[in-house]
Amino acid sequence: MSQRRVVITGLGVVAPNAVGVPAFLNALQNGISGLIYVPEYEKLKFNCQVTGRPNFEWEQLRQYIPDVTFHGLKSMGIAYGIKAAMDAWIDAGNTLDSEEPRWETGCVFGNSTSDSGVMKNVFSRIEAGEAKKLGSRVIEQMMNSGVTAYISGRLGLAGKVVTNSAACATGSQAILIGYEYIRYGMAKRMLVGSTEHVDTYTFGAFDSMRVLSRKFNHEPERASRPMSQTAGGFIPGSGSGALVLEDLEFARERGATIYAEIIGGSSNSGGQRGGGSMTASNPAGIIRCITEAIREADIHPGAIDLISGHLTATGGDTTEIQNWILALDRKGANFPLVNSIKSMIGHCLSAAGSIESVAVVLQILHQFVHPNINIEDPNPEITKKITMESIPTSCIKRSINTVAKANFGFGDVNTCLIFSKFNQNG
Amino acid sequence: MDRQEILEELKKVLAPHTEKKELLDSINDQTDLIQDLKINSANLVDIVIDAEAKYNIEIDVDSAEKMVNVGNCIDVIEEKLKQKA
Repeated sequence: MSQRRVVITGLGVVAPNAVGVPAFLNALQNGISGLIYVPEYEKLKFNCQVTGRPNFEWEQLRQYIPDVTFHGLKSMGIAYGIKAAMDAWIDAGNTLDSEEPRWETGCVFGNSTSDSGVMKNVFSRIEAGEAKKLGSRVIEQMMNSGVTAYISGRLGLAGKVVTNSAACATGSQAILIGYEYIRYGMAKRMLVGSTEHVDTYTFGAFDSMRVLSRKFNHEPERASRPMSQTAGGFIPGSGSGALVLEDLEFARERGATIYAEIIGGSSNSGGQRGGGSMTASNPAGIIRCITEAIREADIHPGAIDLISGHLTATGGDTTEIQNWILALDRKGANFPLVNSIKSMIGHCLSAAGSIESVAVVLQILHQFVHPNINIEDPNPEITKKITMESIPTSCIKRSINTVAKANFGFGDVNTCLIFSKFNQNG
Repeated sequence: MDRQEILEELKKVLAPHTEKKELLDSINDQTDLIQDLKINSANLVDIVIDAEAKYNIEIDVDSAEKMVNVGNCIDVIEEKLKQKA
């Protein structure tokens, strides 16, 4: 099968520490936290009372969607997705309106669940015998493909339109699927990304699993601590990230600005065997996923300048670093730079991979490495394996050509993407 | 409430559901909700729900199915208001 080059030409982001690409770039470079304490979570007796929530203005959606669509839209997850996707589309130099279907362009957008606040309204209405008052706009927001349907409908995207869901690997998997469609000639352009709205109900269910950080409720900015000795669980976050991927020739023909290139990727599962389970990763699956992505990219592992880790701030951080060491066959001072934006925004679950990939592209484009905040106390189990030189705690300027980005999700699913600085000559 | 008063209130009910808001000033009994106001047929149910709330009436499914143009809408609302009185 002939292989096409896949470039990134548009970015959009709704993150807990910034909405929009310019503000997000600033937040990344300055290590700005978007985590907040939520008094309601204390009243509800949650162990963790901190979350990452975008400073999102609902009214601004009117810039992107018609009044009739705006009226009746309640789902925050869909709203984040619309904003990120439309911003990415405009950033790529496109117009929103199109009379004709855009046959050459598809969409892969992921999420975990439909908005449980929307679901709650359905349950209460129906249980009160008021089913007839729900109206026509509820199903489209309850369906898991709702976010994809709103985005593709607004833009007239008429290629493959897919909604994916792979827990915390959803975002990077959406990007991978779009990349593969273009790489293997099945699409010219794909709008890809993912969204997550962690509302009270989803948050409470995670809290009950005792996997969340609970010792920094009154210092929210310090609550997400990947790779630190006091990392005691993750902080759920909300938001959305979106990218426009294009066949290089298609992008060149329309004179698009190219931000970076995706040169490889892989998605697999550890089969919930060999130490893998519903909630844990089989290291063999992760290593295989990373190795396959590198092989697809046709690079030597030594070429990787930066790892954008999954690194959620749980006990899994040490295992993850060990898996990267084995997959890349690089350890100690030879280990690449590694960072986790989760230190600033928490773990945005389904949106993690897409928001983090936007961060990767910005680091390649502007040649910097964003800091890992909250590592006053590096985990000695990690610094036994790699040096602090690999774990920047302040923003550094560095030549960044190749970045490996990975996410791992419940269900023992993995995705790894290899991003590269765009080189005209390939 | 006479037909003219119902019409004025009906414009407010229809407004969020049509992109052709400029046409609302000149609607009459013959104005078709789908053909003229370009309302998505799936959203007609929302207009019925909003009308029920606006006039504090109940519109049964059979009556709702008649509400395809402005005149029919006013007929149904007028009838339901009388039943309530």
